[in-house]
Amino acid sequence: MHELSIAYAAVRTIDDLVGGQPVVAVRLRVGVLAGVVPDSLQFGWDVATAGTPLAGSVLTIDRVPLPSTCLDCGHRAVTEHPPPLSCSACGGRALPTAPGRELEIASVEIQDRPEEGEPQ
Amino acid sequence: MNRLIDLSTAILAKNDDLAEALRRDLLAGGTVAVNLLSSPGSGKTALLELLLARALARDVSVAALTGDVATENDARRLARSGAPVRQVVTGGLCHLEADLIRDHLTGWLPADTRLLFIENVGNLVCPASYDLGDSVRVVLASVTEGEDKPVKYPAAYHWADVVVMTKVDLAQACDFDESAFLEAVHAIKPSLEVIRTSAKTGEGIDELLTRVIAAAGEGSVVPAGVGATGPC
Repeated sequence: MHELSIAYAAVRTIDDLVGGQPVVAVRLRVGVLAGVVPDSLQFGWDVATAGTPLAGSVLTIDRVPLPSTCLDCGHRAVTEHPPPLSCSACGGRALPTAPGRELEIASVEIQDRPEEGEPQ
Repeated sequence: MNRLIDLSTAILAKNDDLAEALRRDLLAGGTVAVNLLSSPGSGKTALLELLLARALARDVSVAALTGDVATENDARRLARSGAPVRQVVTGGLCHLEADLIRDHLTGWLPADTRLLFIENVGNLVCPASYDLGDSVRVVLASVTEGEDKPVKYPAAYHWADVVVMTKVDLAQACDFDESAFLEAVHAIKPSLEVIRTSAKTGEGIDELLTRVIAAAGEGSVVPAGVGATGPC
């Protein structure tokens, strides 16, 4: 259970990248073989963001599907489940064709500061 | 109005950058770091005791960092080999991170160290997300854990360069089906090399050491820049 550490790392990285601006939404990408459980990451988000410019931000986690190729018939497929993979066409053994270890900050939505002179 | 900013940045970018710099510094100084990963109780420390002693017997300068949530028990055990050993107490953290490794090596690692073993915290899930600046990644599986560990923890086996079976002297007593284990390993990653070892009888220890020393000669078996978000 290191999702809280991952959440803290995401908060630190985002806060640095946006220069402390208030963040209202965050979108992450998590690969099937990243070893991170999206629900647990979601669970720790409020704790990790508390007292930071990301407090109260909405977290969306996209699971990155894992592409695979069947060793027996060559059928290509994608899955959101971890290996071992069986081929959906022939039932043979399929292997991932990508690392599946994505653990990325895709995008963030920040609250714009009002322009100078703009009514608050 | 809110603004959407595309970041496309690794969550662990800071750790990855630190690890990459550490790997570069270690390799430049002639040191290859070997990261040992397994579940608790699979025999990492017993294996390491033998690896350190055999390395010293071959005049290979070796050192070890050993990570645990609490206690310095493992460092005390390993130091009996005569090799420089340092404990990393994580104080609750379930894995090691690159900055912890850098902090513990600075001012301590002997300059002529050729092999640096890093015994990770016993855990098959979390440590695989953190690049430690290592160049060889080893997953241990004891025969007492059963044959299906690889398919239960695919990310760890994907992460590995070498798989080490431990406690093979107990295989028969545990009804361990070795061919089923090998099949499970190769269902996750067909190219994975598996080495059979027993810290009790000494089987496979020299083979593993030779394999790791060969990797040290090559400089690295992990392509540079491989972190949690890098290629396998």
